Amino acid sequence: MKITGAQSLIKSLEAQGVEVIFGLPGGAILPVYDPIIDSTIRHILVRHEQGAGHMAEGYAQATGRPGVALVTSGPGATNIVTPISNAYMDSIPLVVITGQVPTAAIGTDAFQECDITGITQGITKHNWLITDVADIPTVIAEAFYVATTGRPGPVLVDFPKDIAQTEVEWVDPPSFDELDLPGYKPQLDGDAELIEAAAQMMATAERPVLYVGGGILKARGAGALRTLAETTGIPVVTTLMARGAFPDSHELCLGMPGMHGNYTAITAMQEADLLVSLGARFDDRVTGKLDGFAPKAQIIHVDIDPAELNKVRRADIGIVGDARRVTEALATVSASKTQTDRSAWWAQLSEWQERYPLTFEPAEEGQALKPQAVIEALAAHSPADTIVVAGVGQHQMWAAQHWSYETPYTWINSGGAGTMGFAVPGAIGAKVGEPGRTVWGIDGDGCFQMTAQELVTARVEGIPVKIAILNNSYLGMVRQWQEMFYEERYSEVYLTPDVPNFVMLAEAMGCVGIRVDRPEDVIPAIERANAINDRPVVIDFRTDASEKVFPMVPAGASNSDVVVHPTQREGA
Amino acid sequence: MAEPFSGTTEHTPVSHHILSVLVENKSGVLSRIAGLFSRRGFNIFSLAVAPAAEDQRFSRLTIVVDAESAPIAQVVGQLNKLINVVEINDMRPDEATERELLLATVSVGEEGRAALLNSMAHAGASIVDFSANSVTVSLSGTPAAVDAFERHLEANYAPVEVQRTGRVALPRLNPPA
Ligand SMILES: Cc1ncc(C[n+]2csc(CCOP(=O)(O)OP(=O)(O)O)c2C)c(N)n1
Ligand SMILES: [Mg+2]
Repeated sequence: MKITGAQSLIKSLEAQGVEVIFGLPGGAILPVYDPIIDSTIRHILVRHEQGAGHMAEGYAQATGRPGVALVTSGPGATNIVTPISNAYMDSIPLVVITGQVPTAAIGTDAFQECDITGITQGITKHNWLITDVADIPTVIAEAFYVATTGRPGPVLVDFPKDIAQTEVEWVDPPSFDELDLPGYKPQLDGDAELIEAAAQMMATAERPVLYVGGGILKARGAGALRTLAETTGIPVVTTLMARGAFPDSHELCLGMPGMHGNYTAITAMQEADLLVSLGARFDDRVTGKLDGFAPKAQIIHVDIDPAELNKVRRADIGIVGDARRVTEALATVSASKTQTDRSAWWAQLSEWQERYPLTFEPAEEGQALKPQAVIEALAAHSPADTIVVAGVGQHQMWAAQHWSYETPYTWINSGGAGTMGFAVPGAIGAKVGEPGRTVWGIDGDGCFQMTAQELVTARVEGIPVKIAILNNSYLGMVRQWQEMFYEERYSEVYLTPDVPNFVMLAEAMGCVGIRVDRPEDVIPAIERANAINDRPVVIDFRTDASEKVFPMVPAGASNSDVVVHPTQREGA
Repeated sequence: MAEPFSGTTEHTPVSHHILSVLVENKSGVLSRIAGLFSRRGFNIFSLAVAPAAEDQRFSRLTIVVDAESAPIAQVVGQLNKLINVVEINDMRPDEATERELLLATVSVGEEGRAALLNSMAHAGASIVDFSANSVTVSLSGTPAAVDAFERHLEANYAPVEVQRTGRVALPRLNPPA
């Protein structure tokens, strides 16, 4: 059967099980949009290509399936560079297809030509320029295979217009096993001897910590993690990328470490004699000043990416493998080992937890809302399986700290790249992937203005997300740094409080807009929002601009110098 | 009067490793490798590319890497993540047999020719082209010998033009224990 290259592309995407594409058409990709009309794949028309990329990421993070975005050449392609970089930093399986000018025009500065494979070389796992119409099913299969296996990540396929218009005999794509990728062989099983040695090191450690990163979620390894933690009795910290991988309410859970982690999680890592890193990468936001990080700890480092081992911190035992498989194997081997008595360690941990819980001062009569209280109210009054999608800034940190994450894939954010504007499209993507669940975007007033227009997409496409804006009329996180490290010299961080009028803006986009100024109105507003399911809702929570995120490890400082909440400081 | 070439060298190579890298012959592969090196701050001393003898689908790159700019395991690890990189053989200098080719065109009149020929004979270089007042010579040898010969030419003849290929290397058959 002869079909066009464009049809071949759509058939190839169908063959990979794609159910939804986020995209926006244009000249070079035009031929591909025709067969979409006849496809089983749902296409969601975004208002900006950055939105398409982050929606595909939210979808992927919520479901574990690869997100797919389709855009045109030139500006369409460059508009999606930020999401690609975001997916690269957070290891999100993302397949981006860009239109390209016709093959003969490549290199001539043709209308809307841009070297997107060159631009994205450093921020994709791999990218392809299709040069032969017959290659389409294979390249698409390769793209999905590379994006979803090993350490997941973004890939890009650049698709010249003439190839879309060329006829070709359809041939079913090869299965993943049949692909010819001699340079790509992810190693899934950890080395048995190293696993034995690691389990032994764990059993004899007196002050061990399981340092769990986003890799455990990518590997669908939360169950294995729980078994390992319960088998060994070792406490768990979950990084910003791993919130939800281990229940916050579990007695072995110490919560989040890092720059805005809680005191106990940070200090447990500092004082540990063994860190067992499962799918984490010793990011600078976790380690603080590297020289001073966990000085007494031996390191067991488990990662599917061999280049992560010894990249930042030398591992005493480095195990290359899938985080779930290695964690399962560690649990199995650990089951027959006796663990050292760690009562002294637990006594110390409990003392820290009692002395330095996460805290904030509630609002007094007539004061603005406390952002932390808003998060806690949202958590308490939303369904247990609610998915939270955060922007980037103070609100993100409070959402990571003050919402108790009990199940995996309920917390989605932009960690490695810190992309303002992620929340609205990220939430839309998550809701598309999990339509039966409540999805709350928790956003800042600054972030919201970067991608708010996608609420039009949400309304028109029938994707009823809920967005809570923690509106402090500041680029709050930057303000916090200027307050603490630049003698309160506030430079270009003030956003006008009443412009835009977020309620009117929400309503202009077909959403319900609610404004909350007083503490007593918080819960009713949340309940009202949770009851609305036919359109998106935006709540403009007017919060206290002077609130800062604590604890905080100042940039460049050692984790031992963590700054706790003012009420917990010496003499307070 | 030019000094005769002694054939010995005091040259100590800076800390380097030789990576023999088998890559798929796909468009853009060199740019991917070069991009990776610059992006991650790894320094390359030299890079040589040739079709791989064993299989048309592959090319072999010999990359001499500054082992002080980054831990060599990190360089190898990051290179290995490139989908088109099939295999990497990492050699310390003492584990490798290295050769490099030099071409140099030097200005030399009638009077200097004898001395030039003398030093060439010591170094094992040969004449590949000549005119009334220039000679193009070639030398293949160890990088150290090529370094020494190049310095000798520079000191004595003000070479008009020097081209070096960068090294190629194979593992030594009897490596040090
Ligand atoms: C695209 C982008 N630009 C700039 C930054 C730097 N930045 C980090 S947090 C932040 C402030 C965010 O303000 P807002 O959304 O109001 O959140 P808040 O911190 O006030 O909660 C800025 C500007 C960034 N992370 N991303
Ligand atoms: Mg703000």
